[in-house]
Amino acid sequence: MTAASLNAEPNTEASVLEVENLETVFHTQDGMVHAVNGVSFELKPGELLGVVGESGSGKSVTMMSLLKLLASPPAEIRKGAVRFEGRDLLQIRDEEMRRIRGGRIGFIFQDPMTSLNPVFTVGYQIVEPLRLHMGLGKKAAEDRAVELLRLVGIPSARDRLSDYPHQFSGGMRQRVMIAIALACDPKVLIADEPTTALDVTIQAQILEIIRKLRQELGMAIVWITHDLGVVAGIADRVAVMYGGAIVEQAGVRELFANPQHPYTRSLLKTMPSVEPGARETLYSIPGQPPHLGEVPRTCPFGPRCDQAFEACQASNPALRSVGNGHLVACHWEAVDA
Amino acid sequence: MLDADPAPLVSARNLTKHFPILRGVIRRQVGVVKAVDGLSFDIARGETLGLVGESGCGKSTVGRAVLRLYDLTEGSLVFDGTEIGAMKAERLRDVRPRFQMIFQDPQACLNPRMTVGSIIAEPLVEHTSFSRADRQQRVRELLDAVGLNPNFANRYPHEFSGGQRQRIGVARALALEPDFIVCDEPIAALDVSIQAQVVNLLEELQEKLGLTYLFISHDLSMVRHIADRVAVMYLGKIVETGPVDALYDDPQHPYTRALLSAVPIPDPVVEATRSHIILEGDVPNPANPPQGCRFCTRCPQAKKRCFTEEPPPREIAPGHIAACHLIG
Repeated sequence: MTAASLNAEPNTEASVLEVENLETVFHTQDGMVHAVNGVSFELKPGELLGVVGESGSGKSVTMMSLLKLLASPPAEIRKGAVRFEGRDLLQIRDEEMRRIRGGRIGFIFQDPMTSLNPVFTVGYQIVEPLRLHMGLGKKAAEDRAVELLRLVGIPSARDRLSDYPHQFSGGMRQRVMIAIALACDPKVLIADEPTTALDVTIQAQILEIIRKLRQELGMAIVWITHDLGVVAGIADRVAVMYGGAIVEQAGVRELFANPQHPYTRSLLKTMPSVEPGARETLYSIPGQPPHLGEVPRTCPFGPRCDQAFEACQASNPALRSVGNGHLVACHWEAVDA
Repeated sequence: MLDADPAPLVSARNLTKHFPILRGVIRRQVGVVKAVDGLSFDIARGETLGLVGESGCGKSTVGRAVLRLYDLTEGSLVFDGTEIGAMKAERLRDVRPRFQMIFQDPQACLNPRMTVGSIIAEPLVEHTSFSRADRQQRVRELLDAVGLNPNFANRYPHEFSGGQRQRIGVARALALEPDFIVCDEPIAALDVSIQAQVVNLLEELQEKLGLTYLFISHDLSMVRHIADRVAVMYLGKIVETGPVDALYDDPQHPYTRALLSAVPIPDPVVEATRSHIILEGDVPNPANPPQGCRFCTRCPQAKKRCFTEEPPPREIAPGHIAACHLIG
């Protein structure tokens, strides 16, 4: 079953990125951890796919796997394919991968302090990929760097090129990260919780920049977050992850209006709102996320699900289409329908 | 900022905490960071005061100053009728059991080499004359009260999940039956599905034990849920305070408006049509705050006066106070 065959979306454009049945494990002292268990998704040109889930649900590991950024050992990509520009990224040599990473595929991580090198100036760090990937000369690369810093809204951009990361605030550093990620006009941008470490007012600034840049540059984006509010504001499509697998995927309005998986519903219910409403007891999901010591044979959400029945203990439900581009991995509807 | 409540449990007037900036070999003082600069507020018995603001605005310093974990630079602090603002450490020891703190990172605030039982019992060893058996009994009660299995007392912190560790932190805070608890970002390190469990626990305990909370958080939606009154901080000052519904439904200060507008709403239909107030730039350096109104450098509506004159707090509606020249 491929991601393409499952997807009944009207958008029939060829995907820019196609991930198929990705499986990643970690070999640890306490045994194997099955972090990603058969994740498939595709990304259309210019689309923003939001990936939501709690810590340990496999969001970051999925993205690190497809960028081949995980150290091996302890990590091992056991299965799957990542199709990008007619090639399988998991099969190509490291050298080729390096040319794609930071070039055709850009990425932004959560903590801008640890992802910038403290001993090089910000200018050097933006110019580096431009010279490496695009073969620009010194002067041309610098001009482009200034242009990029302006694009992400950093004031007096030319002067700031010679500043070091510690001279920037958190929000400004994240802008620098975005500028580096955008430096080589990537077709795909992977953003892993890029606003989680920032204040809401700065988050609002960054989200505004991303909205604007998407229109201007037309790149496809994967945006990982645990904040459903952020997803509601910027995503076209949303994938919900739990226990190392995508358990539900749909267009953003469809997902919020018509959530099918009990986990998605619970997640939406746990969110308090700044909107006026009754101040009753908050809904909380009982229990703990699964420990992925082995590949889940039963539904990973089963033990916490208030609608679980016999089938949930018999097998792990596969993703299936419920129409309208909406995919869900749950036994419940299967019986209901 | 001044409530007419007959006997607030905590009452701060002109609460000020400045940190010196030291430079050079002889550590000469070259300036001060005005982390908390003249706050006045009351917290009534049994109520929850939410304290919100961006990182670096001084909210955590307020939490620590109120518990006298710092020596105050200036100001008065009255706890249950006793002035503790300038009280010496020796005498403070007698009052300390009555106020406690719950920390942000439950991983960092629990000693990994101590069992959960001894972590929770430590305040009892320090401040009571309980026998060993009494202490064990009390630990079991506390574990039960925070929804953990009392038989887990012999386990170590690493055997628990993040949410459970935060429960252990709560149990320790409750050990001496305090009246007042400062919760400093107690849920920031937890996953959404676990946050709700901890917040529900805090509310349940408040009802049962009549606790008073100062709830410090940057999560405005959670504060709306838990707080009775809210104070909004910006650069060491309170810019607006009021009953929770009044403040969220009818924010007066431009900063409060921008802050609330920046919180994403988990509804794509609403988000598509909602207009956001996007603030320019970052929070200024608290060592060198702007003249006049501290928000003037980022305020979309700033007038000439805002750059020279500091706005005094003004009461707009009963209990709803804002400090802005443009109001009234």
